[in-house]
Amino acid sequence: MTTSANSIPVAVTADWQDFLALTKPRVMTLVVFTGLCGLLVAPVSLPPALAFTAILCIALGAGAAAALNMWYEADLDALMKRTASRPLPAGRMDRQTALHFGVGLSFFSVILMGIATNWFAAAILAVSILFYVMVYTIWLKRRTPQNIVIGGAAGAFPPLIGWAAATGDVATLPILLFALIFLWTPPHFWALSLFVRSDYAAAGVPMLPVVAGPRATRIQILLYTLPMGAAAIAPWPLGLAGAIYGLAASGLSLGFLVLALRVLANKATEPAGMKPEKQLFAFSIVYLFALFGALVVDHLL
Amino acid sequence: MDQDEIRRRQRSRAVIMAVLLGLFVVLVYAITIAKMGLYSA
Repeated sequence: MTTSANSIPVAVTADWQDFLALTKPRVMTLVVFTGLCGLLVAPVSLPPALAFTAILCIALGAGAAAALNMWYEADLDALMKRTASRPLPAGRMDRQTALHFGVGLSFFSVILMGIATNWFAAAILAVSILFYVMVYTIWLKRRTPQNIVIGGAAGAFPPLIGWAAATGDVATLPILLFALIFLWTPPHFWALSLFVRSDYAAAGVPMLPVVAGPRATRIQILLYTLPMGAAAIAPWPLGLAGAIYGLAASGLSLGFLVLALRVLANKATEPAGMKPEKQLFAFSIVYLFALFGALVVDHLL
Repeated sequence: MDQDEIRRRQRSRAVIMAVLLGLFVVLVYAITIAKMGLYSA
């Protein structure tokens, strides 16, 4: 760290908004929502203070994983238009600060989860952070087009953690919710990566559209949509959710399938002609929010 | 970056940190009360 004439450390330039940006707050909203739903549909209810702490820990754990992801991928982020303005590639924060912030927040979230709820939930939270950082970010992302297929598991943990925080164990329903997000992740990210393909190609990230082309990616989106829909509807016939959820899941999954078929029918190779892909990407976010919301409503009524 | 800007950023980070520490104290208090309720139930 350099020092100015007035002994003010000039490397300390990051503003608090930069630390907030490091946690990817927009991604965090989906993580927090699915974690909250996992907690709310569990058969055991926690006192409000402990439930709030459990959700806070899930949010902080997700933020920590995001910070460590940005620490490791600063070089990639600098090459992509979508990510070039993040704190590290934009030069508003040094890498060591991001690393310390991410590691510190990881330990804090896991320990607080263990103290406030139980150590089983804390262990799953720790696994989810490590999975996102070690397996997805460091191991898979730069090596294989299957990066988000396997790495998607990291984002699927929150409902499992929410349930485990309340009950101390896992059951069929949270495992199905895990499977749902796991199977939802590839079509969600592949729809995005189709219309930002040039960004990934410029950064040398082997996303499926870069490696296999748009046609193969569109087929894969449809192929993943089918088991995703099955996982979404499954709690209804299994008696784990009622008709409200079942009908919502069926309707939403049908909508997802229709959009996936429109993506398959699209022949465009340039982002300007990829309206179906953009619609599927936007709908996929609504889909997950609506499904989990329906599950909670179904559980409460 | 000029000295005033560095000072401003340090001050805003310090204020945020102080607020977060205060909230953490309140949270630990609330967790303790909730846990006592669980164990006495």
